[in-house]
Amino acid sequence: MIPTTYYLILSAILFVIGALGVLVRRNVLIIFMCVEMMLNAVNLTFAALAYHFLQVNGQIFVLMAMVVAAAEVAVGLAIVMKVVRNKDTTNIEDVNLLKG
Amino acid sequence: MLPLFIIFAATAIVAALGVVFSRKPIYSALFLLVNFGTLAALYIMLRAQFLAMVQVITYAGAIVVLFLFVTMLIGGGELGDIRPRGSSLAARLTWPRLAALALALLLLAGLGYGIITGQLSNVQGSAVAFQNGSVQAIGQALYTEYLVPFELASVLLLIAMIGAIVLARPPE
Repeated sequence: MIPTTYYLILSAILFVIGALGVLVRRNVLIIFMCVEMMLNAVNLTFAALAYHFLQVNGQIFVLMAMVVAAAEVAVGLAIVMKVVRNKDTTNIEDVNLLKG
Repeated sequence: MLPLFIIFAATAIVAALGVVFSRKPIYSALFLLVNFGTLAALYIMLRAQFLAMVQVITYAGAIVVLFLFVTMLIGGGELGDIRPRGSSLAARLTWPRLAALALALLLLAGLGYGIITGQLSNVQGSAVAFQNGSVQAIGQALYTEYLVPFELASVLLLIAMIGAIVLARPPE
């Protein structure tokens, strides 16, 4: 039997790696993938705690997070394609129209 | 069980690092696939079989494929934003990288504190209720207690689909 905290440590590490990617990378597609990774890390936390407390609610939350992630990816990638079509770049440093 | 967990956890972490440190988005997407696959395996170890299947079908099957399609459509050339050639260390330390460094150190400090004080060990669940799989339990909860969020999720997906189609339409 594996201690629940191991799962929590793993998901913390995965979350921080995802956050690192969002902060460090400038390629919009890779930033997007890192956001997905962070969502997955949180999902792992929910599943681990559902297992720990013997509650099915955590798994329902994971399901809802997956629905939101799917919607987010569909719309987000459409926006990315629009941006690339207009500005011909995947570097977010070049997308600064709203910057003050 | 523990060696299996260590193998999956190490694979997940290596794949996550691969996503962050790959030069080309295609490689990142493939590393992401590995990461999602190991997470599905971990879900099975947590007796969340339904979540594991949904993970494989939605994330590995739909989301990664969508990423690959878009990467190929817009030409996922490498950007050179990681490991830039010929710049000094001071020039590379921009504020997002400093923030990332601080975040990583915070994680290390937290984990170290937890391990030293012994708070991060020997907390176990007793998985009797999930012994026979959790699909039935999830279905029951989803169609009784969580019926309204479940239906709202379908509306959200419909709206996202319409939004994606409208956004990705070619300009007139």
